[in-house]
Parts: sequence; structure tokens; C-alpha cells
Amino acid sequence: MNAEALAFCALAAMVLVGGALVVYSRNLVHAAVSLVPTLLGVAGLYVLLHAEFVAAIQILIYVGAITVLILFVILLTEGATGLRVRQRNEQVPLALGVCGALVALLWVVLLRVPWGPAAGPLPPYNPGAVGRSFLMPYVLAFEVTSLVILASLVGAIVIARREE
Amino acid sequence: MGLGGLLSAVWQVELVRMVVLAAVVFTFLAVGGALFLVLAERKISAWIQARVGPKHVGPHGLLQTVADTLKLLYKENIVPHRADRVLFSIAPILVAVAALLDWVVIPFAPGWVVRDLNVGILYFAAVSSLTVIGILTGGWASNNKYSLLGGLRSAAQMVSYELPLAFSLLLVATLTGTLSTVRIVEAQPYPAYLYPSVAVAAVVFLVAATAEANRIPFDLPEAEAELVAGYFSEYTPMRFALFQLGEYGSLLASSALFTTLFLGGWKGPFPLPWLGPVGNGLVWFLLKTYAVVFFLMWVRWTYPRFRIDQLLGLSWKVLLPVSMMNLLVAGWLVVVVR
Repeated sequence: MNAEALAFCALAAMVLVGGALVVYSRNLVHAAVSLVPTLLGVAGLYVLLHAEFVAAIQILIYVGAITVLILFVILLTEGATGLRVRQRNEQVPLALGVCGALVALLWVVLLRVPWGPAAGPLPPYNPGAVGRSFLMPYVLAFEVTSLVILASLVGAIVIARREE
Repeated sequence: MGLGGLLSAVWQVELVRMVVLAAVVFTFLAVGGALFLVLAERKISAWIQARVGPKHVGPHGLLQTVADTLKLLYKENIVPHRADRVLFSIAPILVAVAALLDWVVIPFAPGWVVRDLNVGILYFAAVSSLTVIGILTGGWASNNKYSLLGGLRSAAQMVSYELPLAFSLLLVATLTGTLSTVRIVEAQPYPAYLYPSVAVAAVVFLVAATAEANRIPFDLPEAEAELVAGYFSEYTPMRFALFQLGEYGSLLASSALFTTLFLGGWKGPFPLPWLGPVGNGLVWFLLKTYAVVFFLMWVRWTYPRFRIDQLLGLSWKVLLPVSMMNLLVAGWLVVVVR
């Protein structure tokens, strides 16, 4: 096994163990904190794919902002830990069936798709290239998204100012 | 070299290098950050308040923090009744490790950087945002209402101030056209017509970094008078020390990043004799960094603490609009003048 495969296995284990903890923790705070290794593992997988920019954004947004937001909301809610909430309901067989079907579907697709040979050297994947592709081929999607984000930023300022 | 370069080199060598560098950086943090800065803080606060400060251990009290650390190592670790044991012990480690990770992209001298990432300052912003998770979980796991309040305040504060901080980083990236810390240093000094923009960004960065480091006048998460000591009220010896290490480590890292972005990093006004380029760079870099640290300590012992609403208001209503306008003006300048 070479270094890349070793690193991939370690990161995949981190993601899977973290994910299992997120799902199976009875304590909501534990579940939210377990998101951290899961998301960091995904960031590590991006690094393996030479996508450093996406990895950094993944940590900044998902670990640094979204997990904090989730924790914040849990801690501000009464009965925060959710220990008294039942984790399973009577729909377990149904959920199992749906998940099984999804796995079967993915498996079939993965086996049927003719995977081409590795496609030569990687395209340059640095922040500059990402920026250029945002502003040239994908400019419409990018502008619409940034408009949404700008609107929410301005909205936050307006809401903060109204209290006076 | 990108992060992915880790795999193209021989990986066993990289692994050894990683462990050695982590040990070196951690030692620098523990000695240069925690030990020295706590002593400096006590001496400077004493000087500002016309006191003497620590005096008895070692010459002029120089060994005071070493003695304090030894004492902390000897004391018993206490976990409060009904605290969450696992999270309680993970939280301080998370805070210390986040402070350690900051240092990967800081260039000390030409060629002296752990790794020159092509997403350098973005990486810095990303890993320094990990601190808040440690503080939040530490505050919650202590099973103490004051700790929880401290943790929540800290989360609100850090999330609010991350935005102006990011805008300052964005401005520097716009001006220099790169995210790599080494290339940013190489691109300085900035041309004169950009000075106003850079100055505004520098002030915003300094204010936001003080708030991120939870220091007076923004130290609400640990306001003694209202919250006992905030998120680390319940923490005893070595775990408390890890929180302190994280706090002073990120203070030092913020100062180092300020030096890198706005003060020209390792570049000095004139070359020093006999030192060579690396020695020169190291001396100038450390001088500038500790000057910024001194400035932050000076502020801490001069100004009173804000109220929480004033604190959040400052970020959302002043710093954010100002830095957005600044970015607009700087972008216009860069495009038009160039």
C-alpha cells in the first residue's frame, strides 16, 4: 500500500467513525462535536485530490462556522442535550429498506459506468484558476450566489441597526 | 508548494519532518508564547500600573512563570461533578492545537516557513476558527452556568469578528494578488497610493484580532466580575495551562500575521551586520511581532471592558461596512491605477 492509499484509509476511517458518532450519539452536543472530525476528514480528502482551496474553505465554512452555529443553537435551547428524546421510531424498517435500495442503486451504477483511463496531468487547481473559472464560465451562478450572500449580510446589518 | 506536495515527496521523510517541526513550533509556542508572554504581560501591567510585578523568582522575577508552570504540573486534575468527562478533557487540547496549527504558514525569515501553502492566509483563517469550538465545548462540558455563558459569548464574539478579519485578509489578497504568506511579504512594501486602504485594513485587522483573542477591551467571555472566569472557571492545573497556551499562542500568531501582512514580515528598514539574510529576517520579524504584542498588552491595561452589545455593534455596524467600502475603493484603485 502506498502513502496515498494509507492516507486515504486513515481519513476515510476518520470520516466514518465521526459520522457514526454523529448519528448514534444520544447526546446532541456529542453529536455536534463529532461533526468536527468528520468534516476535517473530508477536508483531508480534498487535500489528497490536490484541491487545497476547497479544503481550506471546507474547514472555514463547515467546521468553523456551521458546526459553531449548530452548537450555539443546541446550547441556547432548553433541554439542550436531548437525552430524553427517543432516537428511533416505528419507521426503522422503512428507512432500512430505502437505504438498502439506495446502496443497491449506487452499486449497480458504479459497476456499470465505464471508467475511462486516468486523464493525464491535473489541470492547475490554485485559487487563481478557481477565481478565473468563477468569473468566466460560471459567472452567472457565481453572481447570483454572491447576491444572496450580500443580501443576507446587509439584512444582518439592518436587523442590528433597527434595535436602536 | 501545495498541501498535496506532502505526497509527492518521500512520505516517511515527510512524516519525520512533520513530527520534528510540530515539536519545534510547539516548543517555540510554549516558551516564546506562554512562558515569556505571561511574564511580559505581568511586567508590563505592573509597569503601567506603577507596580513592580513579579520580582523574587530568578533575576528580576524572570523565572516566575517557569515556577508557576512547575506548580501547575504538580497540582491535581479535578473534573467537576456531573461534568462531561470526554468533552471536558478534549476542549483544552483543541484550543492549544488550533493555536499550534496557525504557525504552519507564518514565514519567520526567507525560506523559514513550515510550509508555504498557496492558500496560506485562507488556511490561517480556517484553523484559527477551530478555537471557538474548543471554547464552546469546554464551557458546556464544565456543567457550570458561568462557563456556559462565557462559552456562548465567546462564540457570538468570534463569529462576528471573523467577518471583518476576513475582509482585511481579502484586501491584502486583492492588493498582492496572492494568498501565500511568503509571496505577500515579497510583494511589500505596498505602493504609496494604497497606503490609506492598507492602513484602514490594518486597524480593522488589529481590532478584530484583539476580539478573536478574547482580550480586553473585548474579553467578555472571561469577564471576572460577571462570569468568575468564563469558560475555564472549572479547569484545574494543566488543562487550564493548555487554555492559556492556546490564548497566548493565538495572540502571538495574530501579531505574527499582522507583521506578515502589514509590516513587511521579515524585511527590515536596514540590514544588520554579520547576521546574513536569515538572521536578519529572524531578528526583524521577531522585533516587529513582539512590538505588536506589546501594543496589544498596552491596550489591554489601558482601556476598560466593553458591554456585549457595544462589542457586537462595533463589529456589525462599524467594522463591517467600513471594510466593505475599503475593499471596494482598493479594488477600484488596483484596477484603474494599474
